[in-house]
Amino acid sequence: MQVQENSQQIYEKYPRKDASCLIDMLQDVQEHFGYLPDAEMQRVARHIDIPVSRVYGVATFYNQFRFQPLGKYVIRVCRGTACHVKGSLDILRTLENELGIKAGQTSKDLRFTIETVACIGACSIAPVIAVNDEFHGGLTTKSLQKLLKSYQKNDRQSEVQHEHV
Amino acid sequence: MNITVNGHTCWAKPGETILDVADREGIKIPTLCHMSDFSPTGSCRICTVEVEGNGSLVPACAFPVYEGMAVQTNSPRVRRARKTIIELLVANHPQDCLFCVRSGNCELQKLTQEYGVRSHRYAGERRRARIDIASPAIERDPEKCILCGRCVRVCHEVQHVGAIDFVHRGFKSAVAPALERSLNTVPCVDCGQCVVNCPVGALTEKSHQKPVWEAINDPERFVVVQVAPAVRVALGEEFGTEPGTVVTGKTVAALRRLGFDQVFDTNFGADLTIIEEATELLGRLNNCGIMPMLTSCSPGWIKFIEHCYPDLLGNLSSCKSPHEMEGALLKSFYAQRHGIDPAKMFVVSVMPCTAKKYEAQRPELGSEFPDVDAVITTRELARMIRVAGIDFHKLPNEGFDDPMGESTGAGAIFGAAGGVMEAALRTAHHALTGSDMKSLSFAPIRGLDGVKQADVRIGEVTLKVAAVSGLKNIKPLLDDIRNGTSPFHFIEVMACPGGCINGGGQPLPSTPEKIRKRTESIYQIDRESPRRCSHRNESVQKLYSEFLGEPNGHRAHELLHTHYVERDEF
Repeated sequence: MQVQENSQQIYEKYPRKDASCLIDMLQDVQEHFGYLPDAEMQRVARHIDIPVSRVYGVATFYNQFRFQPLGKYVIRVCRGTACHVKGSLDILRTLENELGIKAGQTSKDLRFTIETVACIGACSIAPVIAVNDEFHGGLTTKSLQKLLKSYQKNDRQSEVQHEHV
Repeated sequence: MNITVNGHTCWAKPGETILDVADREGIKIPTLCHMSDFSPTGSCRICTVEVEGNGSLVPACAFPVYEGMAVQTNSPRVRRARKTIIELLVANHPQDCLFCVRSGNCELQKLTQEYGVRSHRYAGERRRARIDIASPAIERDPEKCILCGRCVRVCHEVQHVGAIDFVHRGFKSAVAPALERSLNTVPCVDCGQCVVNCPVGALTEKSHQKPVWEAINDPERFVVVQVAPAVRVALGEEFGTEPGTVVTGKTVAALRRLGFDQVFDTNFGADLTIIEEATELLGRLNNCGIMPMLTSCSPGWIKFIEHCYPDLLGNLSSCKSPHEMEGALLKSFYAQRHGIDPAKMFVVSVMPCTAKKYEAQRPELGSEFPDVDAVITTRELARMIRVAGIDFHKLPNEGFDDPMGESTGAGAIFGAAGGVMEAALRTAHHALTGSDMKSLSFAPIRGLDGVKQADVRIGEVTLKVAAVSGLKNIKPLLDDIRNGTSPFHFIEVMACPGGCINGGGQPLPSTPEKIRKRTESIYQIDRESPRRCSHRNESVQKLYSEFLGEPNGHRAHELLHTHYVERDEF
């Protein structure tokens, strides 16, 4: 609820019925929420008086916009040439299977988001993924599963600790 | 200026495109994304031509002419390029023409034939998408879409509805409703203008043929059909007659042969609508009711105002649309008179419209039973006639059944934009002055213009009226009403540009020329009618004296009037 109230500022910044503000507004909304909630896209459409279909059309055209909230752990899978040669597609598929989501999606429990990137800039340790700011290179599907388990375990422990506090 | 096309010198105006000139010279250049009266997008590239001195091929629809230009529309290079474009489109298409409702009048299929595409030269990944059948009126099959964008443009630029738009990009590009939801959950008004502008089978009407056949084949059911005014001037096109040919008699004969128990005319319902609507208008005038009054015959328009201007619902006439009035009477008056159980009655409307399919399932249109059980479009009726093995051309001309077969010229002109207004004025004049107008034709509100207005003097009063078609055109008038600055007393609104003759259920393709001819025929029917005012319809008069009582009276309100719902703006 509080988030909703704060987002009011975004709308106050922009004149009504000025469609040229669309992308700027979407960027502000994404910065505020971490993604573009449907209701906010509808609100943007009303604010600048264009159909929601057009707002959504523009938003889906650009890779910078997301339509789901980010998970606690954002896993970026490098799909650059070096990683590709070293089997990054297997890495990606394994991740998708293990977490039950596709690239670009966030798990229902809001823990994990999978994203692909063109090149992460760490070709020497290909295939590589980044979990938030931690890099993990030289992965195999087996070591990946282990890694994933450690994050899942971590998460549970921190939750348990949290409850005790 | 002069340009040469394929070696022939042609005259051209500055600002014209190559396509404009070629069209005038009788040189055919294929198009897919092109729409006359719209700025070109040049997105499909099928109209590609060669211009001397210009290295790459150019799109004829978007390329302006210049003095001394030399164009080749039929060089080997052009033919090869066009064929490749078609092959690439086909490669990303389901290629299930055998099962496609548009087979036979699909623009992509026609091009594959014309350019001799005989093999799958390109094979690879193809776009996958789910069919969207949730709308009560329109079905979408995004896999068949060739991304020409005509549906998007008509939805945004002609209708100002904007229910659909392009989403994503590159290989994932698609046309989809807002937020990629189903069409029934966004403010689509079901007008079907996207359907008549779709070159392929990506957008089609939701078929009601099956329930209609089932009802016809059920001996327990009493199946009644009614035909809208705009169907009889268009149905012939489906069987190859000249556009605008009036085929009323053959339509009735075909419906009888299909097995309908009774064949009635929606023009009767239209006459009835006029009596109710003119009475309502005069009532509002005399009692300082909410003005201006807006007509309520076009269900796409109704859905539009419910979504976008719900604060103005009080301006809408409370009259049901003609086929709903007729349905309500069939299941009450007619059923009683003939000792038919209304539960066993099945009312089918043949309409030029897709929105009528949605309208028929509105819960407020009906009491114990829906007023109308199924709506088939002009196109669907043609399909039923074909599958039944009826040779349309050999049919005799037959007349409608009584009593809802009698109609006047006023009912007939409901099919063209401005017609409802004209018909209502004829009857309002009689109600106010006791005599019919000297000239029954109103030139200012006829024709295909989007907004037509007139001042009409009736006795002591001058009525300011407007007839608007195409939803984009109504917005400024509604804004005026909102601001309290509208000068009008009465506004007719039709969702589709040109009215029902250009409805979403009409034969394809719907060209401006055909729309003009259909309109002319509508007025021809009026001219040739022995009676041209709704209040002269004897069956309608009898209905009031024997059953309904007074126009706008208690029973009329119960059966012939409705209410509206505020809907989400989304």
